[in-house]
Amino acid sequence: MVKFSKKYSALSLAVEALRGHVGWKPAWRNAEPKRQYDMVLIGGGGHGLATAYYLAKVHGYKNIAVLEKGWIGGGNSGRNTTIVRSNYFFPESTAFYDFSLKLYEGLSRELNYNVMFSQRGMMMLAHDRHGVEMLRRSANAMLLNGADAEFLSPHEVRARVPGLNPSPRFPIMAGLNQPRGGSARHDAVVWGYARAADALGVDIIQGCEVTGFGIENGQVNAVETSRGRIETGKVGVAVAGHSSMIAQMAGFNLPIISYALQAYVSEPLKPCLDTVLLSPATGVYVSQSDKGGLVIGSSLDLYPSYAQRGNLPTMEASAAGIVELFPQFSRVKFLRQWAGIVDVMHDSTPVVGKTPVKGLYFNCGWGTGGFKAIPGGGYCFAHTMANDEPHPLVAPFSLKRFETGRLIDEAAGAGIAH
Amino acid sequence: MLKIDCPWCGPRAEVEFCCGGESHIQRPEPFDKVTDAEWASYLFYRQNPKGLHFERWVHKHGCRQWFNVARDTVTHEIKSVYLMADPKPDVQKLTPTGKQKETNK
Repeated sequence: MVKFSKKYSALSLAVEALRGHVGWKPAWRNAEPKRQYDMVLIGGGGHGLATAYYLAKVHGYKNIAVLEKGWIGGGNSGRNTTIVRSNYFFPESTAFYDFSLKLYEGLSRELNYNVMFSQRGMMMLAHDRHGVEMLRRSANAMLLNGADAEFLSPHEVRARVPGLNPSPRFPIMAGLNQPRGGSARHDAVVWGYARAADALGVDIIQGCEVTGFGIENGQVNAVETSRGRIETGKVGVAVAGHSSMIAQMAGFNLPIISYALQAYVSEPLKPCLDTVLLSPATGVYVSQSDKGGLVIGSSLDLYPSYAQRGNLPTMEASAAGIVELFPQFSRVKFLRQWAGIVDVMHDSTPVVGKTPVKGLYFNCGWGTGGFKAIPGGGYCFAHTMANDEPHPLVAPFSLKRFETGRLIDEAAGAGIAH
Repeated sequence: MLKIDCPWCGPRAEVEFCCGGESHIQRPEPFDKVTDAEWASYLFYRQNPKGLHFERWVHKHGCRQWFNVARDTVTHEIKSVYLMADPKPDVQKLTPTGKQKETNK
């Protein structure tokens, strides 16, 4: 019975069904902190857990801890809209995000955990001539960089998304579809990585807040936590909106500003939308979850915030945008609303790499789009920490670019919202 | 929603304003001897505190004047509104989140 609980399969499910489902074991241990680890990861979200998994799986490290202040997946991993895509402009971005998308394509099998990755397509809309030109340019850039892209006429857009407003105030003039884009189940990604990392010996320590670092001669040698001091030579930080707080404990600043990003889920509806739809001009994107709820994301609340609440004007703008695209949704009720604190870089490109402190590495700056980067970010961050040298895919994402001026400005390039 | 007390127009809703980020940032000097690191720090690196933040706002859909706001980034409570040329208000007198100063008894 224990054997079946370890590996999930149709057979183990059938056996457990016959036994009344009493044999399932917890998917990971709730570990106690040890005094010393080879590596410590701060932040038990998708990126931290994925990094721990790849450190154990690819690089053979067994003595690793993941420290989480609250509970795993309780931060931005549980506060996003679960979109996966790689429709960026610059070659460096597409190379990385497409790598992450490819890892998503094999993730359920890799982790033996159904992350419910659904490649239902990700479609961006243009509502004016300049938007159409932007989409044509984006489609060409994506194809040149090796991602998949389809430029769609208004007729093709409407054939793919039947419910769209027939006479909108902002006419739909073109669409850009990435067929391999889609969504995944955010909790399953976190839990799948946690279970797989735990099986390889990683200690996942919840309710453990980092309060400081032991730093000697510019080299980190310990992490101070609410549950005691942990000695270690290498620390990886993946804490999204709170990156600046952790950096200041280590004595430096980051080129990050933290904002609240809101999202909403409606009451469940019958299946009516089978793609992810993004309309930058109306400031919203929407998809339908497997439970039937419309998952709606809005643009940033544009002033610095650590409040995981969000504000009413942004909510109103999102609702107006949705009703502009789909007037029939006007009577649908919001079921839940939440805000995640996102770490926005000046050029909307992340930082994965070294810091001024030796042995301290940061994985941050994903802004509004960290979820899609979880497998790729974890893989490349693990490589960076294990080798003390950035993985080639994230080498351009270094802090040094702010001094050299080699920014990767995706806010301008891909027109993304952050 | 924030209610921001514009120094010229009085209290107005947040949607009339636009936040310009951290205030009191000084361009490094002397101009011909600024290193790349100092310049990067000036352009891109920010305090980004969890708590009291000194920031610039503009009354975009009003008088279009810039001014400073001391605001808590956790509670969003506005502690002080002051003019662009004014120094930072005394932090001790602005109560940080969770440590409410005792009121007059």
